[in-house]
Amino acid sequence: MSILVGKNTKVIVQGLTGSAGTFHAKQMREYGTQVVGGVTPGKGGTTHEGFPIFDTVEQAVAKTGADATVIYVPPPGAADAILEAAAAGIAVVVCITEGIPTLDMVRAKRSLLGSDWKGKLIGPNCPGVITPGECKIGIMPGYIHKPGRVGVVSRSGTLTYEAAHQLTALGLGQTTCVGIGGDPVKGMDFVDVLAMFEQDPKTEAVLMIGEIGGASEELAAKFVKEHMKKPVAAFIAGQTAPPGKRMGHAGAIISGGKGTAAEKIAALKDARIAIAPTPADLGKTIAPLL
Amino acid sequence: MKIHEYQAKEILRRFQVPVPKGVPCFSVDEAEAAAKQVIGETGQEVVVVKAQIHAGGRGKGGGVKVVKGAAAARETAQKLLGMTLVTHQTGPSGKLVKRLLIEQGVAIARELYFSLVVDRGTGRVIAMASQEGGMEIEEVAATHPEKILREIVDPVTGLAGFQARNLAYGLALTGPAAKNAAEFFVRLYKAFVEMDAAMVEINPLVVTKDGDVMALDAKVEFDDNALYRHKDLDGLRDLEEEDPAETEAKRYDLSFIKLEGDIGCMVNGAGLAMATMDTVKYFGGQPANFLDVGGGATTEKVTAAFKIITSDPAVKGIFVNIFGGIMKCDTIAEGVIAAVKQVGLKVPLVVRLEGTNVELGKKLLASSGLAVTSADDMADGAKKIVSLAAGKGAR
Repeated sequence: MSILVGKNTKVIVQGLTGSAGTFHAKQMREYGTQVVGGVTPGKGGTTHEGFPIFDTVEQAVAKTGADATVIYVPPPGAADAILEAAAAGIAVVVCITEGIPTLDMVRAKRSLLGSDWKGKLIGPNCPGVITPGECKIGIMPGYIHKPGRVGVVSRSGTLTYEAAHQLTALGLGQTTCVGIGGDPVKGMDFVDVLAMFEQDPKTEAVLMIGEIGGASEELAAKFVKEHMKKPVAAFIAGQTAPPGKRMGHAGAIISGGKGTAAEKIAALKDARIAIAPTPADLGKTIAPLL
Repeated sequence: MKIHEYQAKEILRRFQVPVPKGVPCFSVDEAEAAAKQVIGETGQEVVVVKAQIHAGGRGKGGGVKVVKGAAAARETAQKLLGMTLVTHQTGPSGKLVKRLLIEQGVAIARELYFSLVVDRGTGRVIAMASQEGGMEIEEVAATHPEKILREIVDPVTGLAGFQARNLAYGLALTGPAAKNAAEFFVRLYKAFVEMDAAMVEINPLVVTKDGDVMALDAKVEFDDNALYRHKDLDGLRDLEEEDPAETEAKRYDLSFIKLEGDIGCMVNGAGLAMATMDTVKYFGGQPANFLDVGGGATTEKVTAAFKIITSDPAVKGIFVNIFGGIMKCDTIAEGVIAAVKQVGLKVPLVVRLEGTNVELGKKLLASSGLAVTSADDMADGAKKIVSLAAGKGAR
């Protein structure tokens, strides 16, 4: 077991024929992910690098039975691609695209909420999700992961790699790593992923990587305190970031003294979550909890 | 992207959001002419001379003056233009005033607060209003959170009439003023959505003695991700208000922010970049910048990034921390080598490489003949650069 994706997950790639889509579709296939096709409007009926291409997600689902999708569509069409995937009934929608206008996501999220769709959206602006040894959906380097016991959830891409790498080096491995993305308006948040890890029999502990801005980490702390039995360790990036400056991620901004690392760390400690003092200690912090 | 108050007000006018009559100006002569024009149009001698910089707190900093008559406006413009204005938002070095806004004086009955911003919790736009006009909303939130009225907007309907009325009556407005305020809010929301704003703040929102409601100040920030569909806004960018290194970084699509310390950092990924700054600080150093070279950087981009870091005279050491995913370690190595060949290397350089093509990257650096200290991991790298920058040699 694991969460969200596994060896039976059938994945399509929206925007497969673009350069990023092509590169990562091949990487995913190489890793062992069942990539069953791609969607590029206007190129339906062709094949690209051995992948069958469809004009619409609906056609792709009908022909391949895909239950997951990964979106590499450029920002102007990315929110639309999310809605198309949901309308076709895809269960797990992963949106890698960085730079989607915030109000596009506000409208898309509202539309999903008002629909019958019961699936999960991961991202946008995220590295994706991986269940090591079974299914990799996204842009993370596969080789740093190893099947194991720790669930990882993170707002940052490269810090997720850092975490996975350390867990692998310590021989702990990962059940599933979920990059929820750095945008202010997004799909799954910490709480949603933590709830799934708590239910997953194979996950023994959870490593959570947050950053400054917003209140997701505080909500996660509350959830851990009230609903989780499994041990959780955390790191918060941006402890030295000055207020009012946007640190790359649109979401990572301290505004008016809110969303600081200090506040988040205090909330996490209050929930008895172990805090890694530096990102070099992610693995070391969770190891004794297992 | 931030813009000036006078630009924000010009945009608001397009959406029929009431703002005082005003004319922007760039010289003393223009200021006098602007004052004459405003006085002529309003029949009122009182005008306000407002310094235009991208920072709040201008009133307290002495950048906003109420004067009577065009001659007085000229005299005040003389003082303000070319002055360095220091406010709590500019930092101690302040900002040079190069533009002014000459505006009609308004007979204020009440000063209120109104803003629109995307709320992360709900994933929707939230309208906030308070009776504490002129005060910073953060301060009100900290001391009197109950005084902030909130309406969360459904993007399908936009700010609904009843929500606008809730806010207006909640602000204890009555009669025509309440009606005018509700209308103001709905129009401002439309402007927010059509402009793809990230934030619009009207502080103060004033009610005049005649019951008119208008934006006495206006702060507008656009969503950078949506600028591609608002080409008309390009001309509003004031590069002089932005840090030159940050502007240069933008040209190469690098995410760069200048900080106060002396250890330059070059990292891939925003989270890792922040964490690298944290780690440098943890081991006693002070980061000179935040720099995310992004996922798909080319050698050219890495070279540009390296040059931006080395152009800062405060930098006493450079820490390159890369966890290659899409980004390949050999690309980073090639970029660093190319940059050093072009601009030289006068300070210690510590490089930590991990991930895709790591062996190739390390080999390139080792055979380049550059004085590079390599690090095993992030903590090791941070320790080494802090020590080297302090002139102590690597531990």
